[in-house]
Amino acid sequence: MIIDDFLIRACAAALAVALVAGPLGCFVVWRKMAYFGDALAHASLLGLALGFILKIDLMAGVVAGGLVFALLLFVLERQKRLEADTLLGILAHGSLALGLIALALAPALKMDLQGLLFGDVLSVSLADVLWAWGGALGVLAGLALLWRPLLSITAHEELARVDGLQVQRTRFLFLMLMALTVAVAMKVVGVLLITALLVIPPAAARPFARSPEAMAVIAALFGTLSVFLGLFASLSIDLPAGPAIVSASVLLFTGSMFFRRM
Amino acid sequence: MPPESILIEASQLSLSYGALKVLDQVSLKVRKQAIVTVVGPNGAGKTTLLKVLLGLIDPDAGQVTRSPLLRIGYVPQKLEIPTTLPLTVKRFLQLAYDRSTVPTSSNVIEAALDQVGAPKVLDTPMQGLSGGELQRILLARALLRQPELLVLDEPVRGVDLTGQADLYDLIAQLRDELGLGVLLVSHDLHLVMQATDEVLCLNGHVCCHGHPEAVSRHPEFVALFGPRIAETMALYPHHHDHTHR
Repeated sequence: MIIDDFLIRACAAALAVALVAGPLGCFVVWRKMAYFGDALAHASLLGLALGFILKIDLMAGVVAGGLVFALLLFVLERQKRLEADTLLGILAHGSLALGLIALALAPALKMDLQGLLFGDVLSVSLADVLWAWGGALGVLAGLALLWRPLLSITAHEELARVDGLQVQRTRFLFLMLMALTVAVAMKVVGVLLITALLVIPPAAARPFARSPEAMAVIAALFGTLSVFLGLFASLSIDLPAGPAIVSASVLLFTGSMFFRRM
Repeated sequence: MPPESILIEASQLSLSYGALKVLDQVSLKVRKQAIVTVVGPNGAGKTTLLKVLLGLIDPDAGQVTRSPLLRIGYVPQKLEIPTTLPLTVKRFLQLAYDRSTVPTSSNVIEAALDQVGAPKVLDTPMQGLSGGELQRILLARALLRQPELLVLDEPVRGVDLTGQADLYDLIAQLRDELGLGVLLVSHDLHLVMQATDEVLCLNGHVCCHGHPEAVSRHPEFVALFGPRIAETMALYPHHHDHTHR
């Protein structure tokens, strides 16, 4: 049987996302930032729409949208009037709504909205694959550099600060890495399901891990397994690919809960 | 003593949250080898004062002066490691930040655990420690930084009574052995008074400060804690094997 090119491209792109989402997602889980991931993804959709209207590269628009969002939140978090999660809710849904309006107003945009929201991994181009791997490797390299300070501030932020660590810089760089990851993952699982890949594989990895690094590696493995299982199910019983990948990871997570009881 | 023996000095610190005045012109000095205890009722601004001294909060007015390159070991009031984060005691202690990139060796960590009388719990997850164990681990972490000043926020929280006395003894002993300055915050007065050189009674403003015995007789202290507590305090004798100033 000849393995189709589109399948190889799909696997390659999804694999890149799984490899980066696992380790980065560990921090999302540890730092309780799942909702932030969602908000970031919504903002990226707005970035994409604006990118189209301004006639710049769409991926660049997505990355820029995420970065601006992260920056905005970083600044706004310093005000004391609103709790962070309320602020996130406003920004997330505000940018989702604006993004959907912008997409509707751009008549020439023949974008498949469903593809944006739920991913369209089976139609990725070679350029998309290269984007995904470039972004993934960049994020992984950044995460490796940031690993120790990030772990320090996750354990106890004030202790880290008294130790002399640059807490604000570390947090800011982490937000940048998340924005990049969302951009990379958008094409594969879509705006609405990105957080799933950030949260579910690390959650499934937790019972098996005895160190932060082990959890990151196991999460990457579970993410990879979800990709293969999901794509296989998608091909053999004709399921939408993105949701199938996420469902596979939920299945793995459910299995991991039994391990905990043993 | 010469002025350079002052490790950290705060002068006229004021801080408000909205209309609420948390710190009102608070001044304080910690010298080498001295234990300074901040006491006061809940909401007196004790923790806030520590955080300003540590540089975690900026005051509205006033100044904090540190001796150059002061190394601080900080023991926070509580430590809540997320349950999702698999972190052993050893790994946690290795995260004590310094500029070297080499992780602290097991030997060094075990020596620090010995020093604070913590059991050999290197491979225990942080979430599995008892209150007393956790306090000692935090103290060990502070010592790993080779501090000149130890800052402790309610170090005996969640520790049983015997454990509390042990911990205060340990702090006094560390001061003697390592020549540290110690600044600690507490609201349980009895045990603290014995081990301390200077007490600062805080209730937004500094009610009174000085030698523990003198403070315990100060009218403002009595008014704040009630005559009964003040009396018990004065009954506690405390000995000093060396003098300051």
